[in-house]
Amino acid sequence: MRPEVFKMIDRVVTIDPSLDTIHCQGLVPQESSIFEGHFPGHPIMPGVLLIEAMAQTTGWLVLARNRFERMPFLASVKEAKLRTFVLPGANLDLYSRIEHEGSGYVVAKTEAKLDGKQICSADLSFRVLPWPEGKMKAVVLKVAEHVSFPLADYADA
Amino acid sequence: MSSTFDTVANIIAETCDIPRDTITPESHAIDDLGIDSLDFLDIAFAIDKAFGIKLPLEQWTQEVNDGKATTEQYFVLKNLCARIDELVAAKSA
Repeated sequence: MRPEVFKMIDRVVTIDPSLDTIHCQGLVPQESSIFEGHFPGHPIMPGVLLIEAMAQTTGWLVLARNRFERMPFLASVKEAKLRTFVLPGANLDLYSRIEHEGSGYVVAKTEAKLDGKQICSADLSFRVLPWPEGKMKAVVLKVAEHVSFPLADYADA
Repeated sequence: MSSTFDTVANIIAETCDIPRDTITPESHAIDDLGIDSLDFLDIAFAIDKAFGIKLPLEQWTQEVNDGKATTEQYFVLKNLCARIDELVAAKSA
């Protein structure tokens, strides 16, 4: 995980064949410029970045569902709960389950666990839109390789 | 249509915190009730779940943007409810 550049996911662990759920992992680094301000001398993973990690987890699942044809953009965060401090070195297990896929949007329930215990959760919704002009899709595909996303199964060549 | 309208009006009232008695079949969701696109996502989600359908929001938006339809056709509530009834009927056909 490199939270200072919003790389919140280290690895896609599993995507279930029905494309309803995903499990990812992200290791909170020991050092990051994020911790210079949050907080000086008392580093804690910012809650908004935990929500971002859950959003990115869901994002990989949405990309698998549409085979990278369209990009999910976070639209709403509901029922967000941040249950405990998350410290440097925490290895997070991130889960998301699609609750509903509508026309141009997705709703998901997400959570993160540390050592099997839930540490945060949220209901997230996303607009699912055509890729913007430019290199964004190519960059996301490159990141997909780095996080062991199963491109052979869920992306068209 | 009346029960469809009641369900939709209740969803809108609850989702957008709009007094239920101000919502009528003639209300335009955007122009009269001031519902924005993000709130409409929540409404669409609730409608999809309540009726077991998938409102074709993208198709409707495209048709409006292309000048092939007006927002009144889809977002005046009596028209929206008629579309919902059509989708429910098509699903059970």
